[in-house]
Amino acid sequence: MIRSLVIAALVALPAAALAADPARDAILADFAAQAKKADPAFAGFSAQRGETLFRTKWAKGDERTPSCTACHTENPKNAGQNAKTGRAIDPVAVSANPKRFTDMDQVEKQFVRDCKSVLGRECTAQEKGDYVTFMAGQ
Amino acid sequence: MRAALLTLALIGASMPAFAGNDWVPPVKDPLVLKECGSCHMAFQPAFLPARSWNRMMDELPNHFGEDASLPPEKAKAIRDYLTANAGDVVTAGRARKYMQWVAPGGTPQRITENPDFERKHRRISERTWKDPKVVTRSNCPACHRAADQGYFEDD
Repeated sequence: MIRSLVIAALVALPAAALAADPARDAILADFAAQAKKADPAFAGFSAQRGETLFRTKWAKGDERTPSCTACHTENPKNAGQNAKTGRAIDPVAVSANPKRFTDMDQVEKQFVRDCKSVLGRECTAQEKGDYVTFMAGQ
Repeated sequence: MRAALLTLALIGASMPAFAGNDWVPPVKDPLVLKECGSCHMAFQPAFLPARSWNRMMDELPNHFGEDASLPPEKAKAIRDYLTANAGDVVTAGRARKYMQWVAPGGTPQRITENPDFERKHRRISERTWKDPKVVTRSNCPACHRAADQGYFEDD
């Protein structure tokens, strides 16, 4: 019993750590190409910048959503709640919700809405890639 | 006996037997459920007349302060569904009562401002409305657990 649990944990571990998904990789590659175009010095995405983006109190958009955490909570592995409508939101961390960031149309639509709501402007390709990179590691 | 049961079952499938007065036809279209239901419950089109839904779809870039823009082909399909199932078209269940309060030619946008909504919620305390699980009056499923199925009985 214990032995099979250990084996299961060992099998599950690398998959969870990498959280790789071809669709998500393609989305990140698309953001990377856009970021490189906007800034030739672009040198890859940063999970740390993504986390800062997630936690910063921007307070530049809707007063009900000063930061991403207003809806997604301080822990992206938790389910959230839409601060405007009360609707439940599935976790945004990929480990808790593997479907996240696998549909480009969905991803772009959500960034348009949420960046306006939180930052009061559209996000750059680098910001989007940083955010997805952070969430893919969560 | 068996035939009677079957008949009951058939009636039940087409029009919920215990639907009563607090029922509206639920949204069945997967695209409408997905796109209109991602930020809030996909409200049943029977709560507003077709002209309200047309205005709603015209004003998506400023949807209650939110940019809810959609690609044209999706927006068209959603508009078609909402207007075909609007309260002044289907006149089913609670829709009849709601439509009585809509001014001729009026294009109300907030279901929660219909006098029938207000009357049915008049005993709800401020404390309940301010509950963190509720957030806003349009959050039907916070109290009506089967709201997405079209049932709005007192829960």
